[in-house]
Amino acid sequence: MQTPSSACETCPVHTEMARLGAVTTGVDAVVALAGNPNTGKSTLFNAVTGLRQHTGNWPGKTVTRAEGAFQFGTRRYKLVDLPGTYSLLSASQDEEVARNFLLFGRPDCTVVVMDASAIERNLYLALQVLEITDRVVVAVNLIDEATRRGIEVDVRSLARDLGVPVVPIVARTGENLMALLTAVAGVASGETRTTPLRTAGTAEFERAVQELLPMIEAVAPGLPNARWVAIRLLDGDAAVEAALTSGELAAIVARQLQPDRRFSDRLALQGAQ
Amino acid sequence: MSESASAPAPVSPQQVLAEAARLRRTLAGGFREEVVSSIYTEVERVSRRAVRTTGTSGTDLDQRIDHVVTSRWLGLPLMVLLLAIVFWLTITGANVPSAMLAEALFAVEDWAAAFSTSLGAPAWLVGFVWHGVFRGLAWVVSVMLPPMAIFFPLFTLLEDLGYLPRVAFNLDFLFRRAGAHGKQALSMAMGFGCNAAGVIATRIIDSPRERLVAILTNNFVPCNGRFPTLILLATVFVAAAFPPAVASLVAAGSVVAIVLLGVAFTLAVSWLLSRTVLKGEASAFTLELPPYRRPGVLRILYTSLIDRTIFVLWRAIQTAAPAGAVIWVLANVHVGGQSLAQIVAAGLQPLGWLMGLDGVILLAYIIAIPANEIVVPTMMMVYMAEGMMTDVPSVETLRALLVDQHGWTLLTAVNLMLFSLLHNPCATTVMTIYRETLSAKWAAVGALLPLGLAVVVTMVTAAVARLVWGV
Repeated sequence: MQTPSSACETCPVHTEMARLGAVTTGVDAVVALAGNPNTGKSTLFNAVTGLRQHTGNWPGKTVTRAEGAFQFGTRRYKLVDLPGTYSLLSASQDEEVARNFLLFGRPDCTVVVMDASAIERNLYLALQVLEITDRVVVAVNLIDEATRRGIEVDVRSLARDLGVPVVPIVARTGENLMALLTAVAGVASGETRTTPLRTAGTAEFERAVQELLPMIEAVAPGLPNARWVAIRLLDGDAAVEAALTSGELAAIVARQLQPDRRFSDRLALQGAQ
Repeated sequence: MSESASAPAPVSPQQVLAEAARLRRTLAGGFREEVVSSIYTEVERVSRRAVRTTGTSGTDLDQRIDHVVTSRWLGLPLMVLLLAIVFWLTITGANVPSAMLAEALFAVEDWAAAFSTSLGAPAWLVGFVWHGVFRGLAWVVSVMLPPMAIFFPLFTLLEDLGYLPRVAFNLDFLFRRAGAHGKQALSMAMGFGCNAAGVIATRIIDSPRERLVAILTNNFVPCNGRFPTLILLATVFVAAAFPPAVASLVAAGSVVAIVLLGVAFTLAVSWLLSRTVLKGEASAFTLELPPYRRPGVLRILYTSLIDRTIFVLWRAIQTAAPAGAVIWVLANVHVGGQSLAQIVAAGLQPLGWLMGLDGVILLAYIIAIPANEIVVPTMMMVYMAEGMMTDVPSVETLRALLVDQHGWTLLTAVNLMLFSLLHNPCATTVMTIYRETLSAKWAAVGALLPLGLAVVVTMVTAAVARLVWGV
């Protein structure tokens, strides 16, 4: 049992949060924002970093990776805003940007932003993300809109089923932002243990994956999410096969550690509208 | 790879693929479908437990609005009407502040030039700095700032409401018939803001063929850099022929007409590309129509005024200042009794005439290649540098200068609007095309295809006008 005063110290209300803008050097942890298109990732990104990434009410507006930073408590975090995606198996270039970072960018915590009015459709990506990493926090955004439409989301039930922290937020007004960041800090530091929901494959399938894994690790040492690569290869994914043989996989992994430099920062940040 | 070379059994990627293929054969067919369906089963289970729906009041209104906004008969006309309202507000609202800004800034120019002279600055320096560089800046600020400050918030408002996906929905059938991707409507809409941003926005299109079509045709919608040109010409020439009561309506109407023409060219060129060098069928796609959301007024003002308006204006200023300097040099360096500007303009005159324009306009376009924003100011500066105009510019003096002293006709204005709509994208956009395609060839096509089209279209228009009406 905690004494009242010690509880106060750890209460989110008392944790200092600072928006650090675009200065992403010297950070302690990297946090990625994933989610379906138009669920409010960029709005959340802006609220937390103080940057002005272009936002708008239409799917597909963010096409590049934007990076910003914030401080929460004593630690500094880099926040990476990613294009929206429905699945990790997608083909278009904006979705590839998101997928590559989630798989190979080694985020310390991935925040899956969900639209409270469309939980079922949004869960598909959430489960895929849970397949590849333990370090996940789910943010159920647009709670106000869902309430207006008579949709109620039981975040406790979601958290129990998914095995990761689930926080309801309203990114536009900044509601519950502190609770979200507290959950992110816990998962990123490893203090919060998660038990992510995983859909079990068949025994033969698992054996095949285990057999292939050491070979992949021999070809590409230090590759994050080799398991995902193994599954894609077993599935006969031509794009992943090509990436492995051409050595592009290594290049993709290396690129995730650099800021997205293929466009000017201004264009990436503001859509230069 | 050095690490694997030192390992006991070096593995090549080919061996991994072979092993994967072998293992795949040991698995029951359709194992992947099983995995996918088990994910869907989980999704359904989890969401059934977590979500409770008690009513659908909010979605009802959205659906009713969408029923009208995306309806078969009303969808497109409503879109055009909305566009017309936006331009009308921009044109009527920008007139007065534009004139006031121009008056103030040109007063500063006169005062500063006189002051510098009184301090003993040499005449060439005063001319270069104040009548060259500063005048260029003054033109850009007074011509561009007010329309942008009105147009951008209106555009951002529509974007925040959620209208853009509806536009894509309405235009989808047209793009599909042109062999292009329906999401091209979205990258096209971004092009209205900035063609470079529009080119980057094509990343939402998954098929490389359709993405290339979208990249190469993005230039056919006028970006905000070209809107001031179009709005100015529409106000000074087209609208001036009508009674004042309807003038601004006519001006807005002609800008809408030009925009629609741009969309028509987008579709026509997409169609041509899809049937020639970029052969293929349009692919299917799903597009979410998000709920309408109440826009945050303060945020809209901030985004559209600070981020967009100031950003674009600053870019224009950066390019206008050197352009102003170049023009001053061209106009003030004389060879054999003629200024360089006159010599170059005279050289371009025959081509300009064929296109229904003149040598000065083409010269302005060449100087303004880095940024479309400064074409009209550049043109004015070249005309003015010839010592023809000393007055504070107003719509009337501008019209007098162009019509009376330089022989402009309605044909000149219309062809200039056409040329501005179609000609090559600005340097930034061409660079962006190169970065997105990583191909010098496609970047060249992206620049030369519109330029060629612009020359041909204006020549045809000029020839027809001269033959039929004897202009």
